[in-house]
Amino acid sequence: MSAPVKISADRRGWPFYALGAVFVAYVVFLYGPMACIYLLSFQGPQGGLSFPMRGVSLHWFDQLIEQGDTGDLMGALSRSIPLALIVMGLTVLISLAGGLAFRRNFPCSGLLFYLVIASLVAPGYVLSIGIGLMFQLFGLETNWYTSALGAQLSWTLPFGLLIMFAIFGRFSRSYEEASRDLGANQLQTMWLVVVPILLPGMIAVALFGFTLSYDEFARTLQTTGSTNTVPIEIWSMTQNVTSPSIYALGTLTTGLSFLVIGVSLGAIALIQRRRLGSIAGRG
Amino acid sequence: MAGGSAFTPGRLKSFALVLPLALVLIVFVVAPLAVVLAVSVFRYDNFEVIPAFTFENYASVLTSHLTLSLYLTMLKLAAMTWVCTLLIGYSVAAFLVFHVRNRLVAIGLFLLCTVPFWTSNVIRMISWLPLLGKQGVINQALMGTGIIHEPLQFLLFSDFSVVISYVHLFTIFMIVPIFNAMSRIDRSLFEAALDAGAARWQTVLWVVLPLTKSGIVLGSIFVVTLVMGDFYVVKVMSGGRDASVVSAMYDDISTLLFPHAAASAAVLMIILTVMVAAILRFVDVRKELVSGR
Repeated sequence: MSAPVKISADRRGWPFYALGAVFVAYVVFLYGPMACIYLLSFQGPQGGLSFPMRGVSLHWFDQLIEQGDTGDLMGALSRSIPLALIVMGLTVLISLAGGLAFRRNFPCSGLLFYLVIASLVAPGYVLSIGIGLMFQLFGLETNWYTSALGAQLSWTLPFGLLIMFAIFGRFSRSYEEASRDLGANQLQTMWLVVVPILLPGMIAVALFGFTLSYDEFARTLQTTGSTNTVPIEIWSMTQNVTSPSIYALGTLTTGLSFLVIGVSLGAIALIQRRRLGSIAGRG
Repeated sequence: MAGGSAFTPGRLKSFALVLPLALVLIVFVVAPLAVVLAVSVFRYDNFEVIPAFTFENYASVLTSHLTLSLYLTMLKLAAMTWVCTLLIGYSVAAFLVFHVRNRLVAIGLFLLCTVPFWTSNVIRMISWLPLLGKQGVINQALMGTGIIHEPLQFLLFSDFSVVISYVHLFTIFMIVPIFNAMSRIDRSLFEAALDAGAARWQTVLWVVLPLTKSGIVLGSIFVVTLVMGDFYVVKVMSGGRDASVVSAMYDDISTLLFPHAAASAAVLMIILTVMVAAILRFVDVRKELVSGR
């Protein structure tokens, strides 16, 4: 980079270019490899695991879906998607309630807070073993809608709650007071005032809930019983499939994630734009 | 903690609101960890805990050379990953917060960094295979330009590829808390520092760094615990040469050595708790996260 320039209001100094270069390199580093496997998944039938591309086709998607290169992809999807939706709904509700409660101090709030952090940083597989053993000890069967659901909530709830903390940090209580002064009861205040204001944040929590559940691996491994979810299906493919159909699965599952991300971010942007429109004049 | 009357209406409401959260955490975090501890100190046979106290499992975990070498490997990888994610995360966050002037652009670029986090980790990890391999993109490019004449061997199935994957997966955990801490810095402090005659590096060292300490601490906790608890990256990206502490547990479970896995899990939890507690001495996380700005 060039020699240090004096700091001034409108001149970009060398730190801008240095840090900008790091940023661009990081983004390339982030997306480059992913882009490679999406490209490679569209190879012709002669294609291998690496470049150069040998032709262009949907052969590997066909292999994946029609020829059953995976054990049970459709079955895994039919569990992973409902599971992610349930986890998403519960994460939004429980995090919202928790966020509301944490605005005051209550007995044991400190303990509960550290429990949330512990749940976040505890090694997923250790929890997975624990939940699996616990179900065995009580003679219960592990299943995606019982043990795996709980295991995934232990992963999504800390994220949901931390986002809620950030949202409530900027939420003014005077809205609730105003609503009460106007004669609304608690339920009306919640449903007609608090929830609409917090809606963008709740969509963000929902996005985390869905995607973290849909991609969760370690906590699900010992808790989903005999039936796989999508990440476990992918994992078992990494162990024994050495054809580009594993890239095809990567492209498919990432496509679904991108769809969910796009819808969520689009919804948030739409709400924000409407708000800006309805209070035109205020920045 | 509960001073005075514990059952005022306000408190009852708080309790009702946190009840679902508390229940999930007790049933799916506290109880399972208690079960792990129980299985680790009791004899275990045919899916039943036999209440006969034993330290055998711990003795076998703690005296094995494998345990020591696993932890040394993981600590080395965690340290390398921590340094890389901290340097990259700090630079990226600083660029977004201090150097991008348009707020909407900054948010857009921040989201650009976040999107991969919402996609599959396993897929992101294996996406390095076509790049780093012997016939991979990087080797082909280097050979094509004549910089090297033989493919570089260290790129794949090495510590290098493992750390690359960790940095790829976990840098976002460093960016977000540091980004948060930087966003809260009052810009007038920079002018004050400038007026007081501070050079740019002095402002960074004595103003920005202390005020972003909490972000660094939080990010460090996330990155270190994520690497130490890693399941598959070491295994896949080292080409099966190395194992992680956790993947060794998986091998135990696969051969039905539940008590051994449980003791190993307990040891890992204790080590992580000590590490996190040591890091937490530097900052009050609760104040940082709950009270917001």
